[in-house]
Amino acid sequence: MSQLKRTLLAASPVLVAALLLSACGGSNNSSGEDGGSGQIRIDGSSTVYPLSAIAAEDFQIANPGIQVTVGSSGTGGGFEKFCRGETDANDASRPIKDSEIQECADNGIEYAQLTVAIDALTVVVNKENDFANCLTTDQLAAIWGPDSTVSNWNEVDPSFPDEPLPLFGPGTDSGTFDYFTDVINGEEGVSRTDFTPSEDDNVIVQGVAGSKGGLGYFGYTYFEENTDRLKALEIDSGAGCVAPSADTARDGSYTPLSRPLFVYPSVQSLADPNVAEFFQFYVDNDVEIAKAALYIPLSDAAQEQLVTDFAALLNQAGS
Amino acid sequence: MSHLQLTNQLAGKGTPLRDRIFMWLLFLSLAIGVFTLAVLLTYVTIKGWPRLDIRLFTNMPSVRDPENAGAQSAITGSIWVISFTALVALPTGVMAALYLEEFARPNSRSQRFIEVNIQNLAAVPSIVYGILGLAVFARALALGQSVITAALTLALLVLPVIIISTREALRAVPRNIRDGSLALGATEWQTAYRQTLPAAIPGIATGTILALSRAIGEAAPLLLLGAVSFITFNPDGVLSDYTTLPIQIFNWTKDSREEFQVLAAATIVVLLLILLAMNFVAIWIRNKTQKRW
Repeated sequence: MSQLKRTLLAASPVLVAALLLSACGGSNNSSGEDGGSGQIRIDGSSTVYPLSAIAAEDFQIANPGIQVTVGSSGTGGGFEKFCRGETDANDASRPIKDSEIQECADNGIEYAQLTVAIDALTVVVNKENDFANCLTTDQLAAIWGPDSTVSNWNEVDPSFPDEPLPLFGPGTDSGTFDYFTDVINGEEGVSRTDFTPSEDDNVIVQGVAGSKGGLGYFGYTYFEENTDRLKALEIDSGAGCVAPSADTARDGSYTPLSRPLFVYPSVQSLADPNVAEFFQFYVDNDVEIAKAALYIPLSDAAQEQLVTDFAALLNQAGS
Repeated sequence: MSHLQLTNQLAGKGTPLRDRIFMWLLFLSLAIGVFTLAVLLTYVTIKGWPRLDIRLFTNMPSVRDPENAGAQSAITGSIWVISFTALVALPTGVMAALYLEEFARPNSRSQRFIEVNIQNLAAVPSIVYGILGLAVFARALALGQSVITAALTLALLVLPVIIISTREALRAVPRNIRDGSLALGATEWQTAYRQTLPAAIPGIATGTILALSRAIGEAAPLLLLGAVSFITFNPDGVLSDYTTLPIQIFNWTKDSREEFQVLAAATIVVLLLILLAMNFVAIWIRNKTQKRW
């Protein structure tokens, strides 16, 4: 026997073992009950991802035969797949665009828009900061813009005292950073870079709480847990100062730092009983899921509306 | 007296001081690489230590429960993808190299054209292979977001490296081995298959494992190809959905909760252990098959 053969034979157990190792435990490939596909695919916004992932996790514990996967390739990337019929639903942090509506129509994909939670950002300052209560979006852009050299409060507004302005924000990988830079600086991902970034919101809390002139931003629900240490700024986008709260976020008056989060299920996919069952679960547990994902849950009225809308949608899908 | 000193003395140049500075420079260059690696390894091991236990292998990822979340689906996903990558890339790469080195007419125009292209392909950014894989395997061949799409794309990615290193290994086999075989009446095919190729195995193994090590760490092309972020089952076939370790790590580092940062560090250690195991296999094959002439 040649040396080549011997070596291949010697190496083959490694490969076989690797395949066996990966095959074991992968035997739960049963198609789901009721003749459905047993496989549900969701993709889209990384902001909505935690909501759908929690829904998927809880649902699979109750329904072990059904496999749910959640991707996070972004709202736009997700819609591209969704409108080709490659996914059953798309997570979106903005409403579907005209070009995407056309794309879906061309491929005969019908969909519905479900609002599942509200995302809101809060600009926070130190508790001892008694001079700044409200900033306009222009002032925020002047502070956070890519060419900004603002390093003192009196550069933001001459009436503010001479107080250094250290900045704290989320890391550039995060959806919060993308959202803030998009609505404040006008382009996603564009920001001054000489601030203290952290993926850990706690670091931002400590940073702002630790310096009198500190300023930072993160998700609203995280502020709710730290109201004793931080002060939230009101935001003026042209229609007067609005304080962040669950109510102003829900009714849209706290703009532009709040937005609804959507899931777009495909009507064709909802004809599959497993997919219908999953979204029924998602809709029914929506408030609890939103809280777990640290977003603002829908108001009671909006939640009732969602349940009604979804029931009508299931009728339309004929499931 | 060492060879170097003797040469210097005979040539009558070079001072011991200059020699020593040069040696220290060489050592410093080595130290930079090793030091960086040591810092990185120490950092992730210390950070991931609290979660470096069996739960990482037995439990599935969880968004709700970082305390008990594991990376099983990512570990099995990585093993599935890399196994099929090897299954496709290794035979194809070795055979292509064998043709180019042993059978193709040397220095012909077409040969040079192919050579330049292979070398260029080795330098193409991986994301470009991702776009190619999405268009060809996922969509045109309708393989979807599956293990096999990922494996075929990664196979394309590592193919140039495997071809180049296999050719180097074949070239290192002395000419007289081939001549001897041919003189004894073996055909060209028999010579290549029974003499040249076995003699080149150590080099091929090293090159292949280095190429596959690159593939197992890739995240960018797989993100394009639809490796998912949340999956709580293992692949059960080549058309199954999947995720891989680099994507799971990327996903966890984005989470603001500290537990997930620890989990990500622990998973990085697992990825490094898999890489070490692969290198170990390469060294083992090399030692087992190495010949001296």
